[in-house]
Amino acid sequence: MTPLSQYLALGAVIFVVGLFGVLTRRNAIGILISIEIMLGAVSLNLVAFSRFVETTTLNGQVFSVFVMTVAAGEAAVGLALILALYKSVRAVFADKFNILKW
Amino acid sequence: MNWSELLSAPLAFKMLALAAVVFAVGAVTLKNVFHCALSLAAMFFALSGVFVLLNADFLAVVQILVYVGAIVVLMIFAIVLTERITSTTVRQTNHLVIPGFLLCLALLAGLVSVMRAAAWPAAGPGPQPDTIKIIGRQLLSTHVEAFEVASVLLLAALVGSVFLGKEITKK
Repeated sequence: MTPLSQYLALGAVIFVVGLFGVLTRRNAIGILISIEIMLGAVSLNLVAFSRFVETTTLNGQVFSVFVMTVAAGEAAVGLALILALYKSVRAVFADKFNILKW
Repeated sequence: MNWSELLSAPLAFKMLALAAVVFAVGAVTLKNVFHCALSLAAMFFALSGVFVLLNADFLAVVQILVYVGAIVVLMIFAIVLTERITSTTVRQTNHLVIPGFLLCLALLAGLVSVMRAAAWPAAGPGPQPDTIKIIGRQLLSTHVEAFEVASVLLLAALVGSVFLGKEITKK
């Protein structure tokens, strides 16, 4: 049985990779992809804790189901926002979305 | 747990972890956004394999259904609707690559040091044989308020994305 710390280390690495993508991507769809990677890492941590710490009630897996729900809603709304922005700005790059500047 | 399981589980974990990290790096750094979406799908396949190792079989299946079946397909739709796929000559990263890399490295070092300092439980009690039953019962008893809020959230996301995706008529 792999110890808990290895699962947590894997979750930390994947989370950091996703954070790097959020910070450095120009493409708004790429930023959404990186956010999904971060949510996946969080979900991995929740499942690992639910296997090693709290096994009777499986609360971690239930939380992970909620994380997936929020991720699905976030992807739908985010992609609809990007499509609506693309109609007006004709670009998907985050530094082109400067129409709120005064 | 028999001997073959004891020997093979860490190797399977290592391979799945390596695949997940490689595909995550690919999804973040590839120049073509379409390839990024495909790499994201592969990463979620590897991650659901890790879930299987953690005895979360229901969650592994739901992960593939929701992420690979719905979210990645939605992203591919958005990619092909917004830009030309072959536009790889455009710069894909902003000017924050080196500071962002250093910040992420510092965060990873902090997380790993905290992880090493803490005393984690070595091995929990035996895994639950029937996770679907327990998750369903938990969703409708202990977490029923969160369940209802999640359903309202999904409805709001549905209505909001339909409204945002609609053609806006300017007067």
